[in-house]
Amino acid sequence: MTSTKLIQVWVKTLTLVALLLSAPLAGAEVAVPPLKSRITDLTGTLPAGVAAQLEQKLAAFEAGKGSQVAVLIVPTTQPETIEQYSIRVAEAWKLGRKGIDDGALLLVAKNDRTLRIEVGYGLEGVLPDAMAKRIVEEIIVPKFRQGDFAGGIAAGIERILNVIEGEPLPLPQSMPGASISTGMDVVLENMIPILIGLIVFGKILQAMFGRLIGATVMSTVAGFIGWLVFSSLVVALFIALLIFFLSLFGNAGSGIYRGGRDGWSSGGFGRGGGFGGGSGGFGGGGASGRW
Amino acid sequence: MRNLLLSLTLLLTLALSGCGYNTLQSTDEQIKASWAEVLNQYQRRADLVPNLVNVVKGFAAQEKDVLLGVTNARSRVGGIQATPELINDPVAFAKFQSAQGELSGALSRLLVVVENYPQLKSDANFRELQAQLEGTENRITVARNRYIKAVQEYNVVVRSFPSNLTAMVFGFQVKPSLAVENEKEISTAPKVDFSAPAAGK
Repeated sequence: MTSTKLIQVWVKTLTLVALLLSAPLAGAEVAVPPLKSRITDLTGTLPAGVAAQLEQKLAAFEAGKGSQVAVLIVPTTQPETIEQYSIRVAEAWKLGRKGIDDGALLLVAKNDRTLRIEVGYGLEGVLPDAMAKRIVEEIIVPKFRQGDFAGGIAAGIERILNVIEGEPLPLPQSMPGASISTGMDVVLENMIPILIGLIVFGKILQAMFGRLIGATVMSTVAGFIGWLVFSSLVVALFIALLIFFLSLFGNAGSGIYRGGRDGWSSGGFGRGGGFGGGSGGFGGGGASGRW
Repeated sequence: MRNLLLSLTLLLTLALSGCGYNTLQSTDEQIKASWAEVLNQYQRRADLVPNLVNVVKGFAAQEKDVLLGVTNARSRVGGIQATPELINDPVAFAKFQSAQGELSGALSRLLVVVENYPQLKSDANFRELQAQLEGTENRITVARNRYIKAVQEYNVVVRSFPSNLTAMVFGFQVKPSLAVENEKEISTAPKVDFSAPAAGK
């Protein structure tokens, strides 16, 4: 009875601290919306039909060419400039394939009357700043000035796709490889030997002091070591929780380890249902304009 | 048997945790990579300057002071050996910073002057160069921000326990971050002048 209570308290403390630490720092900046589809319109500017049509076009383009192009319309980017906000969105969404970096973003801040084409590393050759500027100034801005947002965006996207079409890029693969971010990879690589070592150590402790105390001590030690290795309290707490359960309820070291890993990879990066970015890199290329 | 297992496990964890040694290495490499990108973008800007000056000269040859200012600032930037080792030498680092800041100032003065020449502003060649310059300036900002973040990450590792002990043993020192280029200009309030601008010469 008391032992289950102790477990509950311990788990609660760990999860609470983990939650507190992972809570994002509140800032006055405009938040980057989650990437759910290729057309993200937070202002309700685009008629549903137009948005669906563009979405389809961009999806077909990705299927044929591999490049990811997305559109984001926000009311404002204040207090940041459109360039600052745009690179944050690009870094969060990671449009484009990993290593090819063939993503592009068309960002419109409607109330600021500014727009920007943000170009991924891999497309800077075919869509250099001067070209992006020309698309902004000569194709999109004139339509925006007349209040034709849907037309401007559609024409701009059309032009961007045509330009990218001219670049020889690697063909898209039907099954994208492991697209877990590199940070996850590092954790995974180091996790394997650490987990094995800790579980062995945990078994010894449990044999010496009994199940619950062994698992609790182990969890603390694992958390501390996790903190040393990754210099991150969140990761450390996660490891502590994991080890606690593994050494408490687990049976054989190797079996536990495999179960843990499967959980990781399946929960990692889903591309099945909605739309997700690849791992494309951006370096601030592109051009901005006003209307 | 139990003792053997215990010591083996201890050895393993000790070797793996490494007291932050690996983190030091990887963050140090991250700094080098992001610094290389900063240098790369500054170089790109410096390469653009001669073309820009030439185009402006064609339309506004009389703006000698401004053009000369840009050319001089450009040659001062070129005179500094921009090596990756620069980050470990505070004096050279500061010099490099101020030279790049000077070029930024000279370029923005040039772009202000250009406003007086509608023909130049509508020249296709100039517009192309201006778009490239804007793009490069933005890339510089992004690269600088990433460098600042990398340095911050590294410095936190160097200064926090227990990795600070490792850093001490292996001689890893706190690295300088980037200061704003025109600190003085920003800290003085801008003057707004509503008097009629001097008529174009």
